[in-house]
Amino acid sequence: MKIPVCRLADLPRGEAYRLEIDPPVSVFHTDDGEVFAIDDTCTHQDASLADGWLEGCEVECPLHASKFDLRTGAVDTSPAKRPVRTHQVLVEDGMIYVELSPAAPNLPPCVGARLAQGSA
Amino acid sequence: MRSVAVVGASLAGLSAARSLRRQGYDGRLVIIGDEPHRPYDRPPLSKEFLTGAVAEADLALEADGEDLAAEWLLGARATGFDRTERRIRLAGDTAVRADGIVIATGAAARTLPARAGGRKLAGVHTLRTLDDARALRDDLARGGRLVVIGGGFIGAEVASTAYALGLDVTVVVVAPTPLARPLGETMGGVVSSLHADHGVRLLCGVGVKGFSGGERGEAGVPTADGRGRVTAVLLEDGRRLPADIVVVGVGARPNVEWLESSGIELENGVKCGADGRTNLTAVVAVGDCANWYDPAAGIHRRVEHWTGAKERPAVAVTTLLSGGAGEPGPVRPPYFWSDQYGVRIQFTGHAAAADSVTVEEGAADDRSFLAVYRRAGAPVAVLGMDQPRLFTRWRKQLAAAGA
Repeated sequence: MKIPVCRLADLPRGEAYRLEIDPPVSVFHTDDGEVFAIDDTCTHQDASLADGWLEGCEVECPLHASKFDLRTGAVDTSPAKRPVRTHQVLVEDGMIYVELSPAAPNLPPCVGARLAQGSA
Repeated sequence: MRSVAVVGASLAGLSAARSLRRQGYDGRLVIIGDEPHRPYDRPPLSKEFLTGAVAEADLALEADGEDLAAEWLLGARATGFDRTERRIRLAGDTAVRADGIVIATGAAARTLPARAGGRKLAGVHTLRTLDDARALRDDLARGGRLVVIGGGFIGAEVASTAYALGLDVTVVVVAPTPLARPLGETMGGVVSSLHADHGVRLLCGVGVKGFSGGERGEAGVPTADGRGRVTAVLLEDGRRLPADIVVVGVGARPNVEWLESSGIELENGVKCGADGRTNLTAVVAVGDCANWYDPAAGIHRRVEHWTGAKERPAVAVTTLLSGGAGEPGPVRPPYFWSDQYGVRIQFTGHAAAADSVTVEEGAADDRSFLAVYRRAGAPVAVLGMDQPRLFTRWRKQLAAAGA
């Protein structure tokens, strides 16, 4: 499923956009001009990676400073132990779209429990 | 260097062990921990672990399959250090010899003598370890009246968690304003107003005189060990606060008794340089027990935050492996967070250095704002309540300014 995010021109370099779907996805525009999409929720604890610290192709969680590689979703720095899902990004006619990954998300324990209860 | 012992198996010790391997050390590595558990994360112990949202398995700090090629000596308390032999003595009359030593023995919760009629009382807790948290979780599940003694973050978080669990909560603080030391008077007052927002009583400026206890334990049955159970907290002004559970959150003291008369210089913990070095060659100290020199302020600071325990070991390990020849980069300013009543509180820098504090975004009354602390016009600290994105930007600026 191809989901429209926002216009590329509306997402300055160094900034992130949070797509409010469930679970949320964040789209990053790096200083080098690349665009990446990953799950927005840190796999360690409930925090939004779109609020995090973007540097190169890495985002640092705003809460506990876990670092994820935007290209692969891999954990570069703990405390997170599991990677975030990555999603495919398409830019067509100046519009950013994401193609959601069919993989299961790696949500942190408290968020995972909430989703399981169906109250999220 | 052919052998390194890391004394302490919590976040600082684990981070040091990881840094050793990451920085190319491939010799013998021994990790000594006084608790029987593998390294676990402590921040959830006052929050999600008490509610059950986070289980014990979720607390593990090591990733699945992570292998540091280390020898783990758990449940082994360090009791002494012989500098000439470079031997760490352990309880049970064993010892570990090592060329390089990382001291990461952390801190222990300060307590109050919880006795009534000469007997130790059940129902009075401190919160530092997993075992402490298990005991508190089981007690909170009984419900009733909780009295938190102390105005720090751990006490405030326990109050918030217990409120969410439906307990009747009172917080007693000897200082006129809670959190004044880490946040300053004004913002300490703002953050602690979260208690009143939720109907949790906050009593400030009054000390605790003692406790009273019931003759019998739970359900009127004498406790197996002959202990009574707490029934009230007695205040210095004569008030009596009925209590079924008490949490004493009055700070922590560094675990350095084992280093007394070892020749390692102690002063509010292990006295260290700006790169973790101690006065002894090939001995460094990290985490809550380490009192690092802060070159910018010209004083030593024992930073007891999670982030310091995670980030600083890499610097100390560079010092250790280079024989002290490495030039330490500046450490990032202290950063900590707290979650209370669903509000995310974040702080970085040093509030004590400030001569002004201004709310730059949002409003204190809305419990969603960003405040900047300044000294002679230059930012020295930032506080955010439910402003993670803006806070991250400021944190970045503050770190860059200090670099």
